Amino acid sequence: MTASEPTRPSPLKNGSEFQSADVRALQADDFANPMALWVDRGRALWSSVRDGRSCAGCHGDAAASMKGVAARYPRFDRALGRVVDLGQRIEACFEAAGGAKLPAESDDLLGLTAYVALQSRGMPLAVRIDGPARATWEKGRALYFTRVGQLDMACTSCHDASWGKTLLAEPISQGHPTGWPAYRLEWQRAGSIQRRLRACFNGVRAAMPPYGSPDLVALELYLAWRARGLPLESPAVRR
Amino acid sequence: MLGRLGVPPAVKRGEPFAVRVIVQHPMETGFRRDYDGKAVPMNIVDRLSCTYGGREVFRAELGSGIAANPYFVFYVVARESGPLAVEWSDDRGQTGKVAADVKVA
Amino acid sequence: MRRRDFLAAGAAALVPLRAAAQEVHDIDPFVNAITSGATPEVGGIDIELPQIAENGHSVPLTVRVASPMNELDHVTAIHVIAERNPRPAVASFHLGPWSGRAEVSTRIRLAGTQKLTVVAALSGNRFRIAKKPVAVASAACIDEASL
Repeated sequence: MTASEPTRPSPLKNGSEFQSADVRALQADDFANPMALWVDRGRALWSSVRDGRSCAGCHGDAAASMKGVAARYPRFDRALGRVVDLGQRIEACFEAAGGAKLPAESDDLLGLTAYVALQSRGMPLAVRIDGPARATWEKGRALYFTRVGQLDMACTSCHDASWGKTLLAEPISQGHPTGWPAYRLEWQRAGSIQRRLRACFNGVRAAMPPYGSPDLVALELYLAWRARGLPLESPAVRR
Repeated sequence: MLGRLGVPPAVKRGEPFAVRVIVQHPMETGFRRDYDGKAVPMNIVDRLSCTYGGREVFRAELGSGIAANPYFVFYVVARESGPLAVEWSDDRGQTGKVAADVKVA
Repeated sequence: MRRRDFLAAGAAALVPLRAAAQEVHDIDPFVNAITSGATPEVGGIDIELPQIAENGHSVPLTVRVASPMNELDHVTAIHVIAERNPRPAVASFHLGPWSGRAEVSTRIRLAGTQKLTVVAALSGNRFRIAKKPVAVASAACIDEASL
């Protein structure tokens, strides 16, 4: 790491380490974890045939073909000409294969994303920030350190300077994107990392970037790089 | 309505075994407001039951105090090998069902 | 009163929500609806709840009633009452000797720090009651976030 690159929290702690014992237990129980419902939905969609095509038709058994994939997202997609996160890649693939549009935060998209992400559970996050992804990474880094909102705070204000401290009776995490899509108790349903980031912007009384905004993806890439080496916990449970 | 049912792979005759079920349902309380401030109407699973060996072996009457995506674990005494089914319905008449085969040793 | 009326009594007892903490309801009407006015015996019920529930939207609960669960002596129902919830009647679970174990687990919502009450109905028209306090860091029903 060069002197110009920002330092990371030390020791590096995954998102689940900032949850209560009950939430951790829920996440670890593959049956009781509410994300299992979305995984089941994704598994069914994977094999379902639409207009003669299915995910399985091209990608075969997800456990084999999707192993390690989620750990490499967000990434620069040559066909789409930009950096995309896993949900966006699935969305694009689904549409290109003749499927209907999968709206952001829909149960179908969350299900497929959770199912694919599950195939990389336990694997270290390892995104590329070289070549065509570099500009997006730099944008994400800039955003991470930019103060926004009425509360005039940047991501670093909480997740580097104050992780572990208590905010509104909850411990502040280090802000690693390792568990998404996740079941957030606050939402009482599954949601994407974009939904979570939007909530953060709202938390400091800043305008929320719209779903799919390049700012959100840039931030996701930076966060994934910052969390490199941490094992994927998807699909997680968060408070 | 999507749900998941779990029974042990093999059970001993005469012994109780755990049945686990989770149902995908928002369990809207009717108190929540959406982003525009409008109340989201109440919509809950209010009844769930389990049949095994041709009889009802568990029944639950539920209120809005049950968490979203209702989850239950209950016990049933193993008698004969055969199907075990869990059905549920919500306050709008939507129903769901999951079934599994119980193997009694 | 029949047992179905227990939950109906809960709906009728709904109080309007306020921005401040929910008030604690008198749960005697709920208990009486179950026991038809008889006084339940205290004890014989194990209520497993976290001491502090981090998020009131989903709190794991396990209830165990000590019982041989045979034809002559068994639990017929387990009723859960949350005194500070806007609808205190949470759920009723119906069991019998075919259950083998008088134990149910679920996840409940808690609208604030309160005592949870469980009433068990047993064969022979007997009733038991137990209560357990639980602290709730972020309350359900009133601390709602939709973002």
